[in-house]
Amino acid sequence: MEIRFRGGASLDLPGKRGATNLMAALLEEGAADRDAQAFQTELERLAARFSFRATDDTISISAQFLTENKAEALALLEQALIAPRFDQAAIDRVRAQVLSGIASDAVNPRSIAGATFDAAAFGDHPYGTSLDGTADSVTALTRDDISDAHRNALTRDRLYVSVVGDVTVDQVGPMLDALLGDLPAAGPPPPANVAFGLDGGVTVIDFDNPQSFALFGHAGMKRDDPDFFAAFIVNHVLGAGGFESRLMTEVREKRGLTYGISSNLAPMFHAEMVIGSVSSSNDSIAEAIAVTRAEWARMATEGLTEAELAAAKTYLTGEYPLRFDGNASIASIMVGMQMIDLPPEYVINRNDFVEAVTLEDANRVAAELLRADDLHFVVVGRPEGLQSTK
Amino acid sequence: MTRFFAAMILTCLALTATAEDVTTYTLDNGMHVVVIEDRRAPVVVHMVWYKVGSADEPEGQSGVAHFLEHLMFKGTDMLAPGEFSQVVAANGGSDNAFTSFDYTGYFQRVAADRLDLMMQMEANRMTNLALTPEDISTERRVVLEERAQVTDSNPGALAREQLMAAQYQNHRYGVPIIGWQHEVAQLDMPELTAFYERHYAPNNAVLVVAGDVDPQDVLALAREYYGPIPANADLPARARPTEPPQRAERRITYVDPRVSQPYLVRSYLAPQRQSGAQDDAAALVYLAELLGGSPFTSELGRALQFDTQTAIYTNASYGGMSLDATTFSFVVLPSEAVSLPDAEAAMDDVITAFMNNDIDPARMEAIRTQLRASEIYALDDAQGLARRYGTALTTGLTVADVQAWPDILQSVTPAQIKDVAARVFDRNSAVTGWIVAAQEDAR
Repeated sequence: MEIRFRGGASLDLPGKRGATNLMAALLEEGAADRDAQAFQTELERLAARFSFRATDDTISISAQFLTENKAEALALLEQALIAPRFDQAAIDRVRAQVLSGIASDAVNPRSIAGATFDAAAFGDHPYGTSLDGTADSVTALTRDDISDAHRNALTRDRLYVSVVGDVTVDQVGPMLDALLGDLPAAGPPPPANVAFGLDGGVTVIDFDNPQSFALFGHAGMKRDDPDFFAAFIVNHVLGAGGFESRLMTEVREKRGLTYGISSNLAPMFHAEMVIGSVSSSNDSIAEAIAVTRAEWARMATEGLTEAELAAAKTYLTGEYPLRFDGNASIASIMVGMQMIDLPPEYVINRNDFVEAVTLEDANRVAAELLRADDLHFVVVGRPEGLQSTK
Repeated sequence: MTRFFAAMILTCLALTATAEDVTTYTLDNGMHVVVIEDRRAPVVVHMVWYKVGSADEPEGQSGVAHFLEHLMFKGTDMLAPGEFSQVVAANGGSDNAFTSFDYTGYFQRVAADRLDLMMQMEANRMTNLALTPEDISTERRVVLEERAQVTDSNPGALAREQLMAAQYQNHRYGVPIIGWQHEVAQLDMPELTAFYERHYAPNNAVLVVAGDVDPQDVLALAREYYGPIPANADLPARARPTEPPQRAERRITYVDPRVSQPYLVRSYLAPQRQSGAQDDAAALVYLAELLGGSPFTSELGRALQFDTQTAIYTNASYGGMSLDATTFSFVVLPSEAVSLPDAEAAMDDVITAFMNNDIDPARMEAIRTQLRASEIYALDDAQGLARRYGTALTTGLTVADVQAWPDILQSVTPAQIKDVAARVFDRNSAVTGWIVAAQEDAR
């Protein structure tokens, strides 16, 4: 069973960054008359698996349980969602874990790059800061803040569910009514959309490491854009197609500059980006970046070849049905589709959308979407021959 | 209450998994074949596992097994460099490979009707690799970048290298799978081709096919593509140096300014799962769960994270799938105000108390139930089952051992656990590591 609540950490109240994340981590720490240890002991007795996680725009809950004790497992999950205890001892213990993670991110090149990039691109919007919060904001959170986050984030007006397995459709309705019916009806509105606010250039952050890590990107495309599938194919050929992508071919296979490089379309609920990353030794990261820029520009000006388009379509249409290979994978595909308003028949039609993209569409979109001069590279390390711009 | 959620439900064919359906066979050239039927989706995972890993490398050539794994995607007498993966992708599939201490594996995940083509290509590269000096020099850079990214940029990974090097005094598990940087930098055509020719042969390989397939069809294809490859009559036995009796505890302080918070690791040499003798390993699975499985219910979690605020994170772990002696490990990340010596003392107090007290029957029952359930959950993942068989058959176990394992786990007793714990918790065979940002944190 996959459950999603839209909103997630973006609903953190002013000055309370990290509250939703801490709240989500506390949902497994006791509910109703069971404290954390009693709750987990019961979970172990049932051999059920629950996970609770906050992301920028969602609270994500996964539950896997056995048919033989389904009713008990669901009752326990309901308590976690409806009646979490938020005991002070649990808050303090989990807070220490979150603070440990924040401290660890502060000396991790990938986290440093991500934080720098997000802050520059999104400023005061929730996307501009880590959902973990800062050491100061997390330290200051009170039990009331956690309760507020719970009241705001877990509401029925933003709820999506998928259930797959040994259960019938007729059973699912009453099952979900019992599980989720007692949640509040509505919560606060999500934050406004935000424009990608980072100009082209380079930001170097000094970090003593044999390799530099570069995170790069510019503004992207919304998921519901009519050209999305064209962009999806263009990006697949550019940097998402594994070993076959142009970036992997040029940066890794031909030059040996990296173990891996990729680019991705990142349509989020309130902003959209095309982003990528690459690691390379300090003496070769500048070349890796130069090649990346050149490939970005080449795709924009020359576009795809007919053969690349055909190969991308064969892969993407062939790969799609392979995703439906287990109950857990089907459940997560189904809940993800609902969250971006895709109807059930999307599963049937999706490959037609891929096939419908023409070379003209793809190349027009490549020229619009990919702007090498707008790429901003945040580089963490001791890169040789690379300085921050302006 | 109304059924207000009913309108949101997507109906979809629910997949019903039944107990794994496994067929095994051995080709005339000695290649093992394992077929796992899972007819729920039109997908197949095709894997070839070689019974060779980094622990089988010649001295001074660390990383050659992994380097060769990269080069297997270059050209053969039939395929141009990169063509293997191109063909897989052009058929909507994905492919990759992995190297461990004891095995090297190659796999593709494709639509079930493309199995034929996958086998044709995989069989071709078993003995027909055609490397050029340029392939090697470019890929050496890639492998060194991989090491720089995965190991040298990660203080925890560097610390693990040091711990393993101290744990194994004679066995190659003490040398990192990816290789020491200075040795990888020296690897070239002669070492790589010698390793390939010595170890890549059907009588050193295991084929695992899992998914929407008929075992008889798979066997026919295996005979067609793998069957004609001659066995390597000179295949060396997997004779590895064994550990001498370890006579002194080893202690390490790894200092790296990139460490965010000090933590400690303790590892003990421990028996692995052995064919026909898996009882000790099964007991060690329980021991790891009891001492450091769940932070909420394990001994370490309760004592260091609940009853006291000594630690932020605790864990005990054991991996039994290993050709030779493996390790049983603890990790403790102390709370901010707690020193490493105090955290280590608290950890040792927990171990001592565990040895001196009876094991709670309710905890035994909870672990038993979870292990039984995990077998049911595992059926939802055909690729995971394929990995289980591939790992087993390349680490000295048989199909019968794999299938006996769930029942062996169910029959573990508290006495067995105490017995194996008493043998494993010998400080003379232990390494304790303190991982710190600065020397002054190690007090």
